[in-house]
Amino acid sequence: MNISVVKSPEGIEGSGFFATSLAKVIGLARKNSIWPLPFATSCCGIEFMATMASHYDMARFGAERNSFSPRQADLLMVMGTIAKKMAIPLRQVYEQMAEPKWVIAVGACASSGGIFDTYSVLQGIDEIIPVDVYVPGCPPRPEQILDGFMKIQELVGKESLRRRNSEEYAKIQERYHIEG
Amino acid sequence: MPAIPTEIIEEKLKARFPESILQSVMHDIHTLVVDKNKILEIIKYLYEEETLGFRFLTTLCGLHFPKQTGAEIGAMYQLHNLETNTRIRLKAFMPVEKPEIDSVTPVFSSANWQERETYDFFGIIFKGHPNLKRILNLDTMEVFPLRKEYPLQENTRKDKDDKWFGR
Repeated sequence: MNISVVKSPEGIEGSGFFATSLAKVIGLARKNSIWPLPFATSCCGIEFMATMASHYDMARFGAERNSFSPRQADLLMVMGTIAKKMAIPLRQVYEQMAEPKWVIAVGACASSGGIFDTYSVLQGIDEIIPVDVYVPGCPPRPEQILDGFMKIQELVGKESLRRRNSEEYAKIQERYHIEG
Repeated sequence: MPAIPTEIIEEKLKARFPESILQSVMHDIHTLVVDKNKILEIIKYLYEEETLGFRFLTTLCGLHFPKQTGAEIGAMYQLHNLETNTRIRLKAFMPVEKPEIDSVTPVFSSANWQERETYDFFGIIFKGHPNLKRILNLDTMEVFPLRKEYPLQENTRKDKDDKWFGR
């Protein structure tokens, strides 16, 4: 059987020891054990179900453990049209998640409102919460969702351990009126 | 059982409410325009009268005709007699300044949410409704979005060029 294991980060290796930076180790651990919280409201959610199932298999990326409690989730996956009435619970879910947290907007509706240019629909979730990765498509194929997920993994792996305490991050939170 | 002939329904209603049946049209189903002050009584009569027996409220919704001065806002009711498979539609119009009509919840409990929806989208005040508040839209919404003066499109967006989006 061909099993590929995650490659170890760059470091100094010798007999009986391996030294690298803490950030790299933590990044490696985080990116390969992301717990997603699916916030599926419409057809993109159906694509997500396919993504999670055996054929596309999100477990390959260490993300088979869906968290239905925002308190134990790392990644908020918003899939589908968000009505303005739904914006309030969505925002609440985001605020309940513990740092560090990431957000992926799957599909045209979550990213921009999509075809629903109407008074009752939120024109993109980035009006209420910060978004890390956007996946285009109406709905996107599972491959696209996986690609978006891998982009998130890249961000998670490279993130500096101090980013959440940085001024830049505080500015983002301020822009969305989120209390840190 | 055969359907109740439209003439008989009309005859009975006109005998009971001589002043209140304003107009009668056959537009895919038998449609009557009635006095808005009598709507509850008429629906109650259609429900209770043995030979009529309209005991099912199929649907209820709002109407808005901005050019119909003095009768801009309307409420529409579709009733069904399930035994004879007879249908009837009632319409009642009211001025936009005072869109008030009696609630039909005393006759049909199912009108509760439908009247809330109609209030939500058209701003019709159903007098006597047990819990008249918005049902689908945000509670903080200030407009009645299906009235013609409010645009359908979301106006907060700056990135959509009117030329391509038909505004």
